[in-house]
Amino acid sequence: MLIEKSAMAGTLESSDAQVTVEPAEGLELNIQSSVLNQYGHQIKATILETLNRLEVTAGKVTVIDKGALDCTLKARVECAVFRSCGKSESNIPWGGVIND
Amino acid sequence: MINRPKPDKKRLRRTMMFMNAQKPGLIKDAYIYGSDSIILDLEDAVAENQKDAARFSLYHALKNIDYGDTEVIVRINGLDTPHWQEDVRVCVAGGADGIRIAKCENAQMVRQVEEAVLAAEREFGVEEGRTLLMAALESPMGIMNAYKIVTASDRMLGCAISGGDFRKSMHVQIQRDGVEMMVARGQMLLAARAAGVQCFDTMFPNIDDMEGFKAEVIQNHKMGFDGKSIVNPKQIAFVHETFAPTEKEIAYAEKLVRGCQAQADAGIGVYTVDGKMVDIPFFEDAKRIIALAKACGVYHGDL
Repeated sequence: MLIEKSAMAGTLESSDAQVTVEPAEGLELNIQSSVLNQYGHQIKATILETLNRLEVTAGKVTVIDKGALDCTLKARVECAVFRSCGKSESNIPWGGVIND
Repeated sequence: MINRPKPDKKRLRRTMMFMNAQKPGLIKDAYIYGSDSIILDLEDAVAENQKDAARFSLYHALKNIDYGDTEVIVRINGLDTPHWQEDVRVCVAGGADGIRIAKCENAQMVRQVEEAVLAAEREFGVEEGRTLLMAALESPMGIMNAYKIVTASDRMLGCAISGGDFRKSMHVQIQRDGVEMMVARGQMLLAARAAGVQCFDTMFPNIDDMEGFKAEVIQNHKMGFDGKSIVNPKQIAFVHETFAPTEKEIAYAEKLVRGCQAQADAGIGVYTVDGKMVDIPFFEDAKRIIALAKACGVYHGDL
């Protein structure tokens, strides 16, 4: 998927993550997390895996993590990417590229 | 990935706890409180501009969180919104046990949702007929049509009255004795029992008024409800306690079940237990009480 415009999903509440995606030349990933020392690798891996599944190869992705579970991180990244393409409201490929 | 067991229409549902499907902090450990069912809400709890985000969140929660024996129902947006069809798709794809139809007014609405559910089951390769339905009756028209609504589909597990909207449409406020909804509750119970489905009361909105809550739960139980919607974990224990059969009821039911068998073998129709006249309907009810006691985990006999 192509990041067409800036979009955001998620909140800064505990157990959540706020994900922002913006158009960019290459793939750029910024992660802020209160648990970066313990879980930084896993958070990064989950986000990259999700972007890979969505075939996002370019874009600036900013994640402010508030202790989100993997499933929440995935949901927020997916929603932000679908919003950036204006495709988040209907006909989502559940079980297709949206998968676990 | 979590594969949930096939939903059971007749399972125990004393408490159905509402949770905002958009709040990860809530839904990640919703099962630990021990309510019989949870209702993940895509409707009123989710802001209009977060409906899309709530579905992504719901899908992954359904696929990744092990809710164990807790039943997982999703409340979808009303049929007068642009959201409900995608809501149905995500519920079925994620493997929710059931869908709660908000603001249900007539049988046609049930059939409309059923059609969408069936289409989604086919689209996502889910066993046809797996996804259960229930209706929230929130208006006088919904109550008037209760029987037609609960018999509109084989998937219907039951119905619930939703007090907030209902009271507004009747121009009444919540009363301590429940008089403002007495007729509606009664009519809905009649419809549900006539159809052989379950029936649930509305949530009690004032979380800090435990005394008022308890009075309402006791009245619900006396009226014949199967359970109640709740909005806070601290409301669970009292409902479970109230809806479980007492030791005395269980002992009497046991006596009836044992006695009835012996009488039937001897060819006697009506007989007495502890000086009270009993017949076949008593036997059926006694069996129901034993089954309920087993489901509530308070039966220690050998029937």
